[in-house]
Amino acid sequence: MKISYYPGCTLRTKAKELDVTARLCAEALGVQMEEIENWQCCGAVYPMGTDEIATKLSAVRALDYAKHNGGKLLTLCSACHNVIKRTNEDMKTNADICFRANNYLKLDEPYKGETEVIHYLEMLKNVVGFDAIKKAVVNPINRKIGAYYGCLLLRPSGVMAFDNPENPTIIEDFIRAIGGTPVVYPFRNECCGAYVSLKNSELPKQKSMKVLSSAKEKGAEEVITACPLCLYNLQANGGDILPVKYFTELLAEALGVKA
Amino acid sequence: MTKEERIENLNRLSGTDVRKCMKCGKCSGRCPAFKDMDIKPHQFVSMLAKGKIDELLESEAIWNCLSCMACVERCPRGVAPAAVVEAVRDTVVRMQGKNGIKAEEIPPIVDELIPQQLLVSAYRKYNK
Repeated sequence: MKISYYPGCTLRTKAKELDVTARLCAEALGVQMEEIENWQCCGAVYPMGTDEIATKLSAVRALDYAKHNGGKLLTLCSACHNVIKRTNEDMKTNADICFRANNYLKLDEPYKGETEVIHYLEMLKNVVGFDAIKKAVVNPINRKIGAYYGCLLLRPSGVMAFDNPENPTIIEDFIRAIGGTPVVYPFRNECCGAYVSLKNSELPKQKSMKVLSSAKEKGAEEVITACPLCLYNLQANGGDILPVKYFTELLAEALGVKA
Repeated sequence: MTKEERIENLNRLSGTDVRKCMKCGKCSGRCPAFKDMDIKPHQFVSMLAKGKIDELLESEAIWNCLSCMACVERCPRGVAPAAVVEAVRDTVVRMQGKNGIKAEEIPPIVDELIPQQLLVSAYRKYNK
């Protein structure tokens, strides 16, 4: 099957390995990711101010494109997923934002939140299926892996509806499917320090080291994430406690797919 | 703009109803940046409800809130403390000369590893 795909700015630059491994694995699993045309950066953070409109337009453009190209929009970066899914909710439920965004965009037909936004992990679980992935594995990952969810995939759970925000399981199920042993640790849904690291690296250092030491204490040999900023903070500010990779890199390893 | 209008503006910008707060403190109890918040998440909510906005506009906490939504997730009353922090931060950075980070400060701190996502998100949060 084909699905419209939104890569986002970082997957074209510092996180190329996330993009490349995801595309190759999807293809190996029978899903063709079709990059949408003329996408723009989503802005990386969802603007909460109720009068913010211009900062949401790139997400709405991507959503409208996907509406006319299969009706689903696949995301991979946690931040893009958070921004696009929350903006889509606004377009669906907030008449004021919907009216003003459409007023700017002047689309042939107003966009009202029709597109379904799905994250790559949700695609693996619900479209491909973890059982099918298990069957496709040629190199089982015989290691203890800590899933790092962070914030953006899970919260706010009322809108994201990704998994249980306090006790998520989707990445652990993914780890089992590729032959690894998931390690559950208390800080897996705690913030890494996010964008504050540009202004003040002390706070992200404390947060990221806590995440990695918590994972190590519970026996993890490495940690996986879907977010380039989490990866950066855990690597640059996490004190080299454990190796950190993108979850798609492990998927590629398990499927024997070479980038 | 009168003070009442400024309070009303912050309430509208936050999109959350601070009067619903029942002061349980779960938001601050869950905040991962608690130690770095000079005004705590529950105080943002109660101070806006009381109209004490001058202190909020001077707070350091607006630069340390991670927008991780943990406070929003835990609130049993559907209040969004993070949205109050964002409304205050937006109000500050929209004022002349009050940006939390300036364009000229960025090139010296950028290194080979910093992802675009960090630059874009920090700039969106700290600069208008």
